[in-house]
Amino acid sequence: MSRLFHHSPREGREPLIRMVKRPQIPWAKANLIRAAALLGALLAGALIILLLGHNPLAVYADMLEGSFGSKVSRTETVKIAVPLLGASLCVALAFKMKFWNIGAEGQIMMGAIAASYFALFHHQNMPSWLLLTVMCLAGIIAGGLWGLIPAVFNAKWGINETLFTLMLNYIAIGFEKYLQNGPWKENPNGFPKIAMFAAEARLPRVFGVHVGWIIMLALVVIVFIYMKRTKQGYEISVVGESKNTALYAGMNVKKIIIRTMFISGAIAGLVGFIQVSGADFSLTESTSGGVGFTAITVAWLSKLNPIIMVFVSAFLAILQKGSNRIQTDFKIPASAASVLTGIILFFMLGCEFFINYRLIFRGRKEKRNGYSN
Amino acid sequence: MSEENNAIRLVNITKSFGSVLANDSISLDVRYGEILALLGENGSGKTTLMNILSGIYYPDSGTIYVKGQEVKIPSPKDAFNLGIGMIHQHFKLVDVLTAAENIILGLPGSVRLNRKAISAEIKKISSRYGFDIEPEKKIYNMSVSEKQTVEIVKLLYRGADILILDEPTAVLTPQESDKLFEVLKNMKNDGKAIVIITHKLNEVLAVSDRVSILRKGCSVGTVKTSETNRQELTELMVGHSVSLEIERPEINTKHGEYLKIVDLTCIDSDGHKVLDNINFSLNGGEILGIAGIAGSGQRELCEAIAGLYPVKGGAILCRSETPNGPVNENIVGKSPTEIIKKGVAMAFVPEDRLGMGLVASMDMVENMMLKSYKQGKGPFTERKKPRQMAERMIKELDIVTPGVSTPIRLLSGGNVQKVLLGREIASEPSVLLVAYPVRGLDINSSYTIYNLLNEQKKKGVAILFIGEDLDVLLELCDRIMVLCDGKVSGIVNAKETTKEELGLMMVHIGDEKGGETA
Repeated sequence: MSRLFHHSPREGREPLIRMVKRPQIPWAKANLIRAAALLGALLAGALIILLLGHNPLAVYADMLEGSFGSKVSRTETVKIAVPLLGASLCVALAFKMKFWNIGAEGQIMMGAIAASYFALFHHQNMPSWLLLTVMCLAGIIAGGLWGLIPAVFNAKWGINETLFTLMLNYIAIGFEKYLQNGPWKENPNGFPKIAMFAAEARLPRVFGVHVGWIIMLALVVIVFIYMKRTKQGYEISVVGESKNTALYAGMNVKKIIIRTMFISGAIAGLVGFIQVSGADFSLTESTSGGVGFTAITVAWLSKLNPIIMVFVSAFLAILQKGSNRIQTDFKIPASAASVLTGIILFFMLGCEFFINYRLIFRGRKEKRNGYSN
Repeated sequence: MSEENNAIRLVNITKSFGSVLANDSISLDVRYGEILALLGENGSGKTTLMNILSGIYYPDSGTIYVKGQEVKIPSPKDAFNLGIGMIHQHFKLVDVLTAAENIILGLPGSVRLNRKAISAEIKKISSRYGFDIEPEKKIYNMSVSEKQTVEIVKLLYRGADILILDEPTAVLTPQESDKLFEVLKNMKNDGKAIVIITHKLNEVLAVSDRVSILRKGCSVGTVKTSETNRQELTELMVGHSVSLEIERPEINTKHGEYLKIVDLTCIDSDGHKVLDNINFSLNGGEILGIAGIAGSGQRELCEAIAGLYPVKGGAILCRSETPNGPVNENIVGKSPTEIIKKGVAMAFVPEDRLGMGLVASMDMVENMMLKSYKQGKGPFTERKKPRQMAERMIKELDIVTPGVSTPIRLLSGGNVQKVLLGREIASEPSVLLVAYPVRGLDINSSYTIYNLLNEQKKKGVAILFIGEDLDVLLELCDRIMVLCDGKVSGIVNAKETTKEELGLMMVHIGDEKGGETA
């Protein structure tokens, strides 16, 4: 009875694939792996394009042409990148604190709604600069408050913030739909849409794009300094790393969570304001347009570094604009263009694994001390 | 020794984690009918080596022979099929099941359990080796030592004849350790091969037949226990000769009482009393040791004093400096920040260094700022002073690090502790709480820590030292308070007590020694 398992004839074999953690690899080598991943992504994408019956080189060239080729296309690309960058900054602040704010979408929408209220109903009462300032503040406060709600519930009663922020997205979007179909409907008997903003409520342009891009770039610098150099930024890092350590250091963890989420939501609210007054000139249910979710990808790809986010969101904007272009030029269906974008992102995210680990296959003899060279 | 008597032979086993070479070409043999002690400091690769043997890690290179045959051990199940069983430091038992249920868990058999037969089999094993086990007792009702017994019986029940025990006495009282050693000797006489991983020299000398010593991932040799001594083993383990004496400076009595705890009671989230009417006082210039089985309330006591654990009742009176001279301030219910504002100079080195005392991913400069970052006007952090402080600390405490900007998680345990203790001492405390300050540290670092604490003692700091090694407590502290299940079972003079007496107090709440001695 007690010798049940003993001396069974089955003998263990070496595992087929083993994962081994790499020593810290030099910066240049890590970037080499990233470059290889990009190349791999382009090759895999090329395969799909071939299967669809097109010339991959021509399609890729067209994507670049579509996002850079003309002044109009460049403007459009920047217009896609701006809200994405803003939402990424919002997400990054919360994520640095390990507070999983996936509610940027709703916070953008609430900011947009608040800004639209003044644009729609108070544009006659104020000069343009004042109206835009009021809209901007309204957006910031509304977004901030929308971020504050889950933070308060989390800090006071430990309610899961991931579900909470997610659910608040649907409430915000539902609220917008209600306004669009009810009280704010332009023509009571017509198509359910909200009126276009008056000229005073529209952001001025600089180099052909609304001034939002300057605001965002300034915000990148501010958030970068805030996270790296201020006392509050330091508190966010400590809380994110360990709440126990934060308590030990005498920090008021609840206050920090609530304050940071207000700031995070406020940035999203600002994005909402920029979208309605700079890009769309009206409020629609696609004002937030999913950037709140894409921003999560951007934030992680950038390792929560605001400066890198500028490039990553620009990259994603190029992908999106480019895939729009090939839809029209090559009649490649929208879904195939999304698949292409997905593949590229998959490779970019996946390569981080190979930066941290290497694989050893069965039977491959290990070089003695090969790792310490 | 004939080849058949070799239970295990390891030849040139190498295993690396990232750039860390945990095992560098280690060769070792274990024989049936003997107890082999695997001795080495923390980080010398003992546990890695045994994890390879029990199938948890797979070696980068090297050969393993079991009973003279070359084998590969890719999983714990394969290790088991070879008769190798390992008892980890953290037990792997299901709390809500009985001992018997845990023992048969995962074994094939019919759907219906024949409890009688199983119990009989367990009893048979127990009486054969001298275990004390109740098969129908639930795990959550068991003491740590009983749980360990279940783990061992579990392996024997399944037919293991090569047993590896990882630091088996870390959680036991001296009496329980002796009992365990008896059982191990019985198993040895029955022909089993036993490996105990340890860094305690007394145990090695008490129980083993041979000792294999590892240092920094390399094997430095195997010696017969009967032909060696403490000093030689230490030198083999550390690589050079060290003095094993811990200094104990005389108490300076002029300082008076710095901390007084009155009827302190704390309750955890389940309503269980983790601290029950604790009373003691701590004078400036003395070290008060706290002994007790792990989980007897040591952590809660420290955290309650530091303002991190909610207090249900009682008072914590702490001397604070005010413009009108020192007063005793009750700090119950105050947050750490409020305690500092009250003028109480208290420093705390928590048990969980990287999870509470420091931020693992941050560098030394940022960790220096942890408690002082609010100083200075304006929204920005001031980094010049912390940087100078970090640089000074590296020099003064011989901290080995590539630089002040290296994340401290990349530092070794001893250096991490120097950073933490160094920061706390730099705040010039009058009361210093240290919890398990040498856990996981090598001998050299441990002695550095003892010296730092003694320096503070000479300066008149009141030190509360929570320790686990009774030998160290007896040598370093002036008085020792023993906790048992959240109660004080006695406070004794360290010079007059013995290990055995402390051991008894750790499991019994006796009042024959209660109250203030010394």
